[in-house]
Amino acid sequence: MATSHSDQRSATAAAAEIPVLAPGHSYGSITDQISSIVLTKGMSRGWLFGLAVSFLLVQVLLVSVVYLIARGVGIWGINVPVGWGFAIIIFVWWVGIGHAGTLISAVLLLLNQSWRTSINRFAEAMTLFAVVCAGMYPLLHLGRIWLFYWLMPIPNTMGIWPQFRSPLLWDVFAVSTYMTVSFLFWYTGLIPDLATLRDRAQSKIGKYTYGMLSFGWRSSARHWRRFDAAYLLLAGIATPLVVSVHTVVGFDFAMSIIPGWHNTLFPPYFVAGAIYSGFAMVLTLAIPLRAAYGLQDFITDRHLDNMAKVMLATSLMVSYGYVMEVFFGFYSANTYEEYLTRNRMIGPYAPAFWSLILCNTLAPQLLWVRKIRLSPVLLWCIAIVANIGMWLERFVIVITSLHRDYLPSSWGMFYPTFWDWSTYIGTIGVFLFLLFLFIRFLPVISIFEMRELLHKEEEHHHE
Amino acid sequence: MSDHHGAPETPALYGVLGEFADADHLLAAAHKVREAGYVRTDAYAPMPVHGLAEALGAKRTKLPFLVLLGGIFGGLAGFGLCYYCSVIAYPMNIGGRPVNTWPAFIPVTFETTILGAAITAVLGMLALNGLPMPYHPLFNIPEFSQASQSRFFICIESKDKKFDEVAASDFLRSIGATHVTTVDN
Repeated sequence: MATSHSDQRSATAAAAEIPVLAPGHSYGSITDQISSIVLTKGMSRGWLFGLAVSFLLVQVLLVSVVYLIARGVGIWGINVPVGWGFAIIIFVWWVGIGHAGTLISAVLLLLNQSWRTSINRFAEAMTLFAVVCAGMYPLLHLGRIWLFYWLMPIPNTMGIWPQFRSPLLWDVFAVSTYMTVSFLFWYTGLIPDLATLRDRAQSKIGKYTYGMLSFGWRSSARHWRRFDAAYLLLAGIATPLVVSVHTVVGFDFAMSIIPGWHNTLFPPYFVAGAIYSGFAMVLTLAIPLRAAYGLQDFITDRHLDNMAKVMLATSLMVSYGYVMEVFFGFYSANTYEEYLTRNRMIGPYAPAFWSLILCNTLAPQLLWVRKIRLSPVLLWCIAIVANIGMWLERFVIVITSLHRDYLPSSWGMFYPTFWDWSTYIGTIGVFLFLLFLFIRFLPVISIFEMRELLHKEEEHHHE
Repeated sequence: MSDHHGAPETPALYGVLGEFADADHLLAAAHKVREAGYVRTDAYAPMPVHGLAEALGAKRTKLPFLVLLGGIFGGLAGFGLCYYCSVIAYPMNIGGRPVNTWPAFIPVTFETTILGAAITAVLGMLALNGLPMPYHPLFNIPEFSQASQSRFFICIESKDKKFDEVAASDFLRSIGATHVTTVDN
């Protein structure tokens, strides 16, 4: 086991030539460098500026939601025939972004990929915050937000129970389970690091807060063993969970009989798209983060290279989905499917469709070039393009399918309103605001796992 | 590990704590502590060290079994909920289709299975470890704060039948401890 593992490691190391952890580190230096981001006194100007801007955006959301509650969903652009507007587009977009976090943490942990260690913590945080943003949308889309508990299977005076055959109810269970499990996974991984912060904190408030949060963790070998077992089990059950959540989101569409949605391809195609957009978001966040806090020793070019490769692979899977949609459209010999496919490409929303092909299929092809994968700036630009592309994909799926269905008499157009955009921008604000707080008060990189990585690399040198 | 506290008369001494140079020395020392017959011991390292708990004689953890039970319970609860709502409490006859449409209940059952297993994994880990425990005698030792950062320790606890303060300290030194401290309760 040990030899095959090290053989494998040296083989990949030789191929990549870039280490996952820069040489010359000790347990102490890793601990110092990562925890110093949290434990320095005062706040840097850049951080305060970012926090302030994102806080303003949170206020935009607040105003939008208050106005929504006061006036109803009519302030959005949704109408007959497009009853699912931005609310679902952005819900799916955020849930998709959340997926890379669990994937990096869980799947790569099970696959024994050492490069996951430096990015899993903030990828998991990103997951949580993205799911928070996503979760708001179905509630807001209800219009009567205060009645959201009707979705819960709880006894009520009307004697009515939710419809368990509906994908929309499956969504309630899938997303809330996903959020709970993501939180548990993230927090469990944080416990040893919170203990480190407790032991290093200078201020009384810091010692007390991190002390309470770390549950009195004392790094005991017997505890570590149960911790490892729990962490691995969580990874094992989170992996099918990630797949199931976006599959259920795919079911929201595929279970209906609307042309363009009624498609068995949807669940896997949605999962691939989620991984693609999730990795794009991890890159979008990791590249500025490592520059701002000087984390190049931990988030090396090797990480960027690997994430770029995952993006390229999932971009190809998503592109396969696009090709198949067109193929099914024409091969099905179904007039409505055929018309929908044509309408997507040359109809009123054709610019959105072609931009999506440009963003999700053509732009990522640049990632075949190693030089581009190793250039943080270019990679960051491609990641942003991918985020936009995945947003456009959801827009095209939701809007083009609904706006022209079976009867030309019921056709119509969807135009997003000011409030559609302000709500969307507001959720981006919530995401960034939580992320800024996270960067300042919790370790962005898992400290104990970095020490473990160092320990394993040292063992490897001894052999 | 919850039996560390709550005994009627607490001995004045918690144990002796020896510090070791690195993970390899710690592991070697753990084997020697076990061979010398000490049972009530624990090792402290800033990261999981493979085989360390086993070296000290820890038994297999029950956690995977508990997680299995949690998952089974979650799955049954989820399916039961769907079945109760759709078949017993609020059956709807839609075109004469059966009310127990079990394939449609699978997504919810699957999610609750995962939820049950995940919650059991985390709460089970904490409960078996006896956490949360905000106070512990070891936290009074200033050097021990390094256990979560960069240093390695073994503690022989006073509850051990073989325990003798002087003998245990000497033993820890003899197996390579760089520094030995007594820990008061």
